[in-house]
Formats: sequence, structure tokens, C-alpha cells
Amino acid sequence: MSVLVFAQTSKGILKKNAIEAISYGAQVAALLNTNVTLLATGTATAESLQVAGSFGVAKVLHANHTNLNAFDSQIYSQLVMNAAEKTGASVIILSHDATGKAIAPRISAILKAGLVSGAISLPAVSGGFSIKKNVFSGKAIAEYSINTEKKIISLLPNSVPPIQKQVSCEVENFLGGVEETISLLKIETKTHDTSGEINLPEAELVVSAGRGMKGPENWGMIEELAKTIGAATACSRPVSDIGWRPHHEHVGQTGIAIRPNLYIAVGISGAIQHLAGVNGSKVIVVVNKDAEAPFFKAADYGVVGDAFEIVPKLTAAFKQFKSQNS
Amino acid sequence: MDILVCISQVPDTTTKISFIDNNSKFNDDKVTFIVNPYDEWYALVRALELKETLGGSVTVITVGNASVEPIIRKALAIGADNAVRIDLDAVDSFETASAIATYAKNKNFNIILAGKETIDYNGSEVGGMIAGLLNLPFVSLATKLEIVGDHAVVEIDIEGGVEVITSKMPLVLSAAKGMAEARIPNMRGIMAARTKTIEVVAGQSNNLVSVKSFELPAPKSAVKLINPENMEELVQLLHSEAKVI
Ligand SMILES: Cc1cc2nc3c(=O)[nH]c(=O)nc-3n(C[C@H](O)[C@H](O)[C@H](O)COP(=O)(O)OP(=O)(O)OC[C@H]3O[C@@H](n4cnc5c(N)ncnc54)[C@H](O)[C@@H]3O)c2cc1C
Ligand SMILES: Nc1ncnc2c1ncn2[C@@H]1O[C@H](COP(=O)(O)O)[C@@H](O)[C@H]1O
Repeated sequence: MSVLVFAQTSKGILKKNAIEAISYGAQVAALLNTNVTLLATGTATAESLQVAGSFGVAKVLHANHTNLNAFDSQIYSQLVMNAAEKTGASVIILSHDATGKAIAPRISAILKAGLVSGAISLPAVSGGFSIKKNVFSGKAIAEYSINTEKKIISLLPNSVPPIQKQVSCEVENFLGGVEETISLLKIETKTHDTSGEINLPEAELVVSAGRGMKGPENWGMIEELAKTIGAATACSRPVSDIGWRPHHEHVGQTGIAIRPNLYIAVGISGAIQHLAGVNGSKVIVVVNKDAEAPFFKAADYGVVGDAFEIVPKLTAAFKQFKSQNS
Repeated sequence: MDILVCISQVPDTTTKISFIDNNSKFNDDKVTFIVNPYDEWYALVRALELKETLGGSVTVITVGNASVEPIIRKALAIGADNAVRIDLDAVDSFETASAIATYAKNKNFNIILAGKETIDYNGSEVGGMIAGLLNLPFVSLATKLEIVGDHAVVEIDIEGGVEVITSKMPLVLSAAKGMAEARIPNMRGIMAARTKTIEVVAGQSNNLVSVKSFELPAPKSAVKLINPENMEELVQLLHSEAKVI
């Protein structure tokens, strides 16, 4: 019985979600008194993978092969299962990101291993094995028991902070049969220019605006505020529906759910469906001219007033703060 | 083109959430139930659009007891041709997925569509599990679906772009925003739905996980209001108190 963590590298490094899963895996292994291995994919160097050793993982299997260049959930699932078999892992841990959502359920069904997706806590292991996760779009928390011997946990990003723990770390190449697999899919990537853009799902700071901005021509001040603090931009659903902003910025129940450290909401009423996508944010700032706007009930800091006056002032205050603190 | 769409019943998004029986059960008293928005707005509507251009049929399937029939009627009213209910109070996603996979196994559906996630248990699990059980390709969080010849062409959003995935059929997809626009059932659809029959199939229970208890999140402390003339104070608080800047 050991623990296997799966993480992808991106542009050669283990990013935030991966580090969180790695540290979580090390902590679960400590709770279970067992060892932990990281399975990492992608074109990383052994040195860059050794960062796993700073979070308590002493052993890394590195799978780097052209058959893994495009993401085919069937091939990745097989790779993770092969690594779990090789290491004798009975607990598999991944991030509840796009990759985790594509492979964790498949592995769960094939191995008949109970899955808790979007975990927000370490497991309780005395007299069973149970883990908490958000349900009802963040309006409640459920504690799930995993009743099978093999277990899979996907960890909700930005919910269990990583803990530094230095161990010496050994990296071994591992292909796990991936060189013989043939993808049934043809996968092409179309990128758009993202220079200077911050990826919303992973952003630590987000500036978001709603119908209160009156029209797309007024988004300059929102972008300026975001740029000043290095934040990603987001919007409410009506704003993307009427085409003021691109669809991928739509957050909420029917858009994407985000969990940044700071969410600044400007001219958004705070409808329950909007909150469902942002109520996991650590700190919420609301700017709204209506003191009765429901968003103030979910906010940590609120400013009642006209966004057109407040946003430029806030941007100026951030600029001043930055010039004093750099 | 024969498409199976997995639909699930969820509490209306504005529902106030509470629990009963010592916090072990969701309190569904006076709760209005709806079709899970991802299943209805995106998966079902896209399936209907494909059927309308290519011919074939759209079957909706749901796992649940007789109380879920109103949402099946709604799906039929929007335009689904056939409906199946697997009579089972599923405890977890695996049980749901197993029931659907068992039903779909020899039915030759070209595409099985699920929603991105249910808005109550937020798992994003059932679609991938069905694919695993049936050994089919799976594309998760698809934002576009076209049929080109005998292939499905699917798009997903990735960091800084999109990925275009071409797959043989059958395959399983989970549908996210972008795949279609919501449709409102018309009178003809509602009338037609009344006379369509719902096939009821017995299900088998075999869960892997179970809910031990529920809790409500700790209430948020009251909002701190900042004078609109003093944005310097807000920035200071974000720095020294909230520690996010
Ligand atoms: C099933 C379902 C799913 C949904 N999913 C989502 C979702 O995923 N995401 C989402 O966002 N919505 C979603 N919605 C819609 C949601 O219910 C709200 O309608 C929507 O969030 C409102 O957007 P808004 O706050 O931008 O606009 P409004 O509700 O119109 O609010 C605008 C706000 O701006 C304020 N304002 C106006 N002028 C100014 C000014 N000059 N300065 C400062 N403030 C100003 C107003 O006081 C008001 O509070 C969903 C709805 C349903 C039924
Ligand atoms: N009881 C159910 N019956 C039919 N389909 C379901 C059921 N529960 C979930 N699904 C499908 O699986 C998708 C993902 O659900 P979940 O894994 O619970 O987030 C949903 O959007 C539905 O398409």
C-alpha cells in the first residue's frame, strides 16, 4: 500500500496545481505510514522535477514520450494505472483540473477504486477513510467515505496549501508501455496570442466586471486595473452572452469556477449562480453602486459607489502602493 | 446518428441548502428540481441539433426513482425522441455510470453525451466513468461538437487556445458552455412529450463511496465597507490584513 501522485509538467516545470498535489500526496503517505511516488509527464529536466523533494516526495517516475505530447485521456489513464501497478500504489492522487477530470473517473471505473473528486481536506484515516469536498456549488461541504481498498483523490486547486519538507529526490525514467500505445484520436492545437494574458483558471488575482459597466467600450479601466496588479480578467454571464467579453471569461455556475486569492467584482449584482463560481475565492472585494446588491453579503471588503469613479482611483492607489513597495 | 444524453435532476440553482437526519441527508422539502443546466442547455440541445441535420434519434437517460420523471418530460418536450429511466437511487457516480454503461452496452449509440458536472454533487465523474466501463474514447469539457463524415470533431479550451480532437465513433463526451444555446420547449413539444413513453429499467446497486455527513460552510463575517474616497485604505487592508497583495 503506497501513494502515487500524478502531475503534468507545463513548459518544463511543475506548476502550482502540481505542487499542491505533490505535497498533498506526501502528507497522505505520512498519515498512512507509507511511501509516495510522483509520476510526472512532459519534457522536464530531472533537476526541475527534483522540486518534488522539497515537498516530501523522494521518488519520481518521469514519463516523457512523443505519444504523450497530445493529451489522450485513454493513454494517460493507462500510464497512471501502469505506474500504480509498478509502485504497488493503492491511493492515487491528482489535481481536479482539466486533466484530472478527464482521467480520474476513468481510472476509478476501471480499477473499481472509489473516487472523491475536488477534495478540500486531508483524509481522516482513523476507523475508515473519509475526505471532505464542496457540494451544491460551494453552498455545502460533504464528507465522503471511500469504501474500497484502492482509492483515488482529486484535489481542488488552491484549497490545501503545500507544505515544504526537504527530502533527497531520485528521478527515474518510466515509459510504462506508453511507447506501444496508439492514440485513436487526432489532436491539433490552435493557439491564440496570449502574450501578456494571464490564464484565468490558474490566476491568483482576478478582476471581474458585470453589466454595471454599461458597455464593452468601458472595459479599458477594468483591464488597466487588472494589468496594474497582474490579475486575470473575468466577467458575469450576461456580459459574455451579449458579446461584450469573450466566452472564456464567463465565471459562475454555467461558466468556469475559479478560486483565486483575490476576486474584485465590479458592477456585478452577485446572483447566486455567479457566486457559485467564485465563492471559493480567499478574499472578495465588491464595487457596486447599490448598497443592497446581494454580492456585499459574500464580500470581505465593499465599496458602495459608482464604478466609473472608483475603479480609476483604486488603480491609482495600487500604482502608488507598488511604487512604494518595490 | 443515434445519441444518448445523460440527464440528471438537480435542485434549482437558487435553492437554500439544508440537511436533515443528523446532517446525513439533503433536505428536499419544498425544493424545485430542474434538469442539470449543462445536460439541458449544452448536451441535449447539441444532440438535437445534430439529429435535425443528420437524422437519427436522441435518447435521454436518467438514473433515479419515479420522482425524476418531470425532468424527463421536460427533456422530451425540448425534443428528445426516447427516454429511459433506470430505477435506482444511486449512492455515488460509479453506481450511476455503471447503470448507464450497462444499458448502453449493446445499443450502438454513436455518441454518449454527459454534462460537465452536476451542480449538486459537482463531481465531473459520470461521463469519464461510462467511457472507462465501455472502453471508449472520452473527451472531457467539450465546447464544440461537429460530425464530419464518420468522425466526431470536438473542441476543448486549453490554456491560450483550443484543441481540435478528431475521433472515431462511438465516443463519450462531457459538454461545457459553448456547445449550444439553451432552448425553450414549445407547445407542440410539450403536447408531444405527454404521449411519449418512458422506458423503465431495473438498476443494480454497487457503490464505491458514500456520503458520511454534510455541513454548511462557516458563515462569512460581515463585509467591511470602505469609503469610496479612500482607496489607499483598501489597498493597505488587502496588503496588511488580507495579505493577498
Ligand atoms: C441556471 C442559471 C445559470 C446561470 N449561470 C450564471 C453564471 O455562470 N455566471 C453568471 O454570472 N450568471 C449566471 N446566471 C445569471 C445570473 O442569475 C445573473 O443574472 C447574472 O449573474 C447577473 O449579471 P450582472 O451581475 O453582471 O448583471 P446585473 O444583475 O444586471 O447587475 C449589475 C450590477 O451592477 C451594478 N451597477 C450598475 N451600474 C453601476 C455603476 N455605475 N457602478 C457600480 N455598480 C453599478 C448594479 O447595482 C447591479 O448590482 C445564471 C442564471 C441561471 C438561471
Ligand atoms: N443520476 C444521473 N442520471 C443520468 N445522468 C447523470 C446522473 N448523474 C450525473 N449524470 C450525468 O453525468 C454528468 C456529470 O455528473 P457528475 O459526475 O455528478 O458531476 C451530468 O452532467 C449528467 O450528464
